[in-house]
This record gives sequence, structure tokens and C-alpha cells, in this order.
Amino acid sequence: MAALALVFGYIESLIPTGIQGVKLGLGNLVVLTAMYAISVRGAAAVSAVKIFLGGLLFGSFAGLLYSLAGGAVSFLVMLALKKSGRFGLVGVSAAGGVAHNIAQLAVACAVLGGIKLAYMLPLLLISGLVTGIVVGFAAVPCISLAQRAGKGKK
Amino acid sequence: MKKKRLLADILLIAGVLIAAAIVWLLLPRGGGGAAAVVTVNGEHYASLPLSEDAELLIRSDDGGENLLVISGGKARVTHANCPNGVCVETGAVSSEGQLIVCLPHKVVIEIVG
Repeated sequence: MAALALVFGYIESLIPTGIQGVKLGLGNLVVLTAMYAISVRGAAAVSAVKIFLGGLLFGSFAGLLYSLAGGAVSFLVMLALKKSGRFGLVGVSAAGGVAHNIAQLAVACAVLGGIKLAYMLPLLLISGLVTGIVVGFAAVPCISLAQRAGKGKK
Repeated sequence: MKKKRLLADILLIAGVLIAAAIVWLLLPRGGGGAAAVVTVNGEHYASLPLSEDAELLIRSDDGGENLLVISGGKARVTHANCPNGVCVETGAVSSEGQLIVCLPHKVVIEIVG
């Protein structure tokens, strides 16, 4: 599944959205599916591999820092919401998308100094929300597929 | 049907939308900008008035280069050797408060009034 996350990450980097700093979050689709279909630890492993290998293969060290911040925060947020049992799949994914973007913006502010970058907050909030919602809906068939594949082995 | 969860999801999403709207309304939005202020690594690098056409090659650590072009009262980065090219994709900016950012090179170009 980690390999799948990397492939998705690569494909995603090829698709431009035409807006500064906005990505599709396809990699999150794999992490989310793992979180619901496999286990939390499995999902954490997928996320970690995606961040570190993805950073090594496609990015720079600086990029790794942003990936790590975004990935870790969004993972924890999604985990907390899922465990609370009060939110559905789409909500969890949407929150993950938003948290990811907020974390990355915070890191950028820390690295560059100053909070002028907050200017980009509304756009990042909305894009994180939208991609999170889309990924949430897309995860539904993925999760049932993964669950069926898992059961087939027994 | 898990109606409680659906409601919670909707409230969450609405909450984020409202937060985004509030932030957007609170941000100072100026009219036309007067100058482009370039900072590299948090330090002031150059200030260029938007009223004069100019080109500035911004050099950052490790051979980083971003070419800032001012023409027609707007600023844009036309060329950069960073990994992601988001700065070039940003296109032209000219309003006060707008930014062109190159994260890998730690370059921030801000339009001030």
C-alpha cells in the first residue's frame, strides 16, 4: 500500500491545479483507506513511508519538512476524529485536508519569518476542505475493496 | 443511515467555511500596490517600485535563482530554478498584500502600498 501511495503522489505531482500551492491530496486517499480498512498502525506506516520515501525520491529536504508537518498533523487530526466516533468518513477526510494545509502554512511562516503568509490562509482552508471532501467520497469504494481483499485471504 | 455523523460532518465543513470567510474578511485588502518588496530568508533583499519596468535576478542559497520581472505595473516571476516552480505558476500580482512565494529558495515577494 505504501508503494501505491508513492505512485499516487507521483501522479499527483504531475497534475497542475493552476493555483499556487494547491495539490490534490491523492496520497491522503491511500492513508485514509488504510486507516479505515486495515489498522491505525498500518495507516501510520503508509503515511510515514509516503512522506520519507516521497521526499527522498521527488523532493528536497525543505519539502520533506513540509510533508512531515502536513502529514503528521493531518494524520493525528483524522485519527482523533475517527476515534471520537462522531464523524463520518467525509468529515474525517475533510478535517485531514484542512489540518494538512494549516500545518504546512504554519511551517512556512516559521521558516520564512513573519505572518504575512496568512494572506494565503483562506485559499488553503478551502482547498484543503474541498480536496478532503473529494478524497473522503473516493475512499468509500476503496475501503470496501480493501476489506474484501483482506477477507479473501482467510 | 448514520445521521448523527452526517450532521457532524456538515457542521464541521460549515465551520471551516465560516472560519475561512472570517479570515478573508479580516485580512487587509489594499488597492493597487506601489512596490514589490523582496525578502530572502526573512531578510530584506530589494524593493522595486511597480511604476518602473525592471528585472531583478534574486539569488538565494545554494545557487537558487528567481527572476522577478516588473512590467505594466505588475510583478511576476518568469523564471526560477527551484524544484516545484510554484512561484512562476503564481503569475502576476499587483494588489497590496499579494505575495509571490518560493518556498525552496525562501524568497517572499510582497506587494506593499
